[in-house]
Amino acid sequence: MRATLVAEYRKLVTTRLWWILLAAMAAYVGFLAGVIAWTASRPEGLGGSGSAPLSVDETVRSVYTVGSSVGYVFPLVIGALAVASEFRHRTVTPTLLAEPRRTVFLLGKLAAGLGAGLVFGVVGTAVATGVGAAVLSATGSPTLLDQSATWRYVGLAVVAMALWALLGVGVGTVLTNQVAVVVVVLAWTQFVEPIARIALGATSWGGHLVAYLPGAASDALTGGSLYTAVASGPVLDWWAGLLVLLGYVAVLAIAGRLATLRRDIT
Amino acid sequence: MTEVEVDRLSKSFGAVRAVDHLSFTVRAGRVTGFLGPNGAGKTTTLRVLLGLVAPTSGTATIGGRRYSELTRPGRVVGAALEAASFHPGRTGLDHLRVYAPQVGVPDSRTHEVLALVGLSEVGGRRVGGYSLGMRQRLALATTLLGDPPVLLLDEPANGLDPEGIRWLRAFLRALAAEGRTVLVSSHVLSEVEQTVDDVVIISRGRLVHSSSLAELAGLTRPRVQVVSPDAAGLAALVARAGWTLAGPQRGGEAEVVDVPAAAVGAAAFAAGLELHQLATRDVGLEDVFLGLTGDAAGGPAGIAAGPVAAAASDPRGAPTEVGPEAAR
Repeated sequence: MRATLVAEYRKLVTTRLWWILLAAMAAYVGFLAGVIAWTASRPEGLGGSGSAPLSVDETVRSVYTVGSSVGYVFPLVIGALAVASEFRHRTVTPTLLAEPRRTVFLLGKLAAGLGAGLVFGVVGTAVATGVGAAVLSATGSPTLLDQSATWRYVGLAVVAMALWALLGVGVGTVLTNQVAVVVVVLAWTQFVEPIARIALGATSWGGHLVAYLPGAASDALTGGSLYTAVASGPVLDWWAGLLVLLGYVAVLAIAGRLATLRRDIT
Repeated sequence: MTEVEVDRLSKSFGAVRAVDHLSFTVRAGRVTGFLGPNGAGKTTTLRVLLGLVAPTSGTATIGGRRYSELTRPGRVVGAALEAASFHPGRTGLDHLRVYAPQVGVPDSRTHEVLALVGLSEVGGRRVGGYSLGMRQRLALATTLLGDPPVLLLDEPANGLDPEGIRWLRAFLRALAAEGRTVLVSSHVLSEVEQTVDDVVIISRGRLVHSSSLAELAGLTRPRVQVVSPDAAGLAALVARAGWTLAGPQRGGEAEVVDVPAAAVGAAAFAAGLELHQLATRDVGLEDVFLGLTGDAAGGPAGIAAGPVAAAASDPRGAPTEVGPEAAR
């Protein structure tokens, strides 16, 4: 297993994908954190016209966890590509020759995904918190960095992003076509789930369903985001959000093991 | 001594039977050519041997064990299945460094194998910029990481220039001389003719021939082309002498099999038959190979009567196992 971990680590760091995605995520998350923090400092505040403005606590939380609530697509993609690129470039053949035990292969990918996800989580959350706190303090808003509750959800945002990379490994194992998996991941995270969360969340019965979607579970883990603050509907407890995310990882990984990894590699 | 053994192996993909009741043995210390036209089932057989594809029935073992049962497979078998198994954005050296831990060798070994295949200069470049020949060499380097006693190489000469093919030939000979088992697949016999000791020839998933190369060469049969202005006289002579023809007589032209030109000339002279041509025609190994694999259509018409022609007309028929006595 140790050899597999070293091999998987080397696979991740010997191509340029990881730092391109990491840099893109840092820029994206930093920009969003700055914009949200600055908007929150305006007299009209966050929450839009008509609805009640967010509390200080909700505002700051939305800023600091923007990595896990919006930037999570980056660890998700790197996890999915860790598996799909093996099939895209047919390196899965030498990989399974070096380690024919396919469960070990999958566990190695999950471990590598977790590692990469933690790096993305730390960087994404640090950038969101750093840029966000700088803008908040520059505009005279409270940063809440002196409160332990703040650091708790900052830490949970890192965990959430690491789980997203694990989830990506699961998705990539089920859907090994590299183009297809990127399209599906982008469509789901940028289009399907946000619309479902708003549309279904507005119905009396849909709210409970929506709370179990992966994005909603991830937001629940950090205690809520801009999304959960704006959209109505119930939010799971943090630990329930964690379990739901882990459940998705387990279901996808097992499905991938039973489908993709039982198939002939031709 | 690590032998590779394929025993009554069958593999179906849906309705397509890619490998059909295939049995053969690959011996250590020799280079074995695994031959057959494209789509004959060579790659599928290799993939079953390597545990990548599950057989429908039968077994394929290396030293008596299935690939999945080997504790450190990279130290036992080096296999290269396609020249495209690289991430284009990874350097050649990094490609080897990725697999070194699981093969179970230190990173220093990556430099050694790069030097062995002559890629030391370009190890730091991304594989995306490699030529097909360089990729073949890198694939070969990957197989050599664990210094394995068994090498399974699928079409390793593809994309190599003539100089590269000469280099590969010497390289494989040297590996076999060290006592290794070397299996090299190809769809062209001439490509590996000067490299292999043994041949295993398959067609449509079935074994059609398995022997040493020398014994395969024994299947070539001399042919004499005879042209006479007297077509009827020639036909009568052939019938009287009991000669076998390679194909039907075309006017005053016939191809006599297994009879030396001198004997044909003497018989014609004795019969008072006027000859305009009497020529020995060389039937190469490639023709034998094409005949065996039933790929002769469009090429020279039927190479010979007898077992070879039988195999040519019915490639799904019984394989020709040539013993030492037949070769003599």
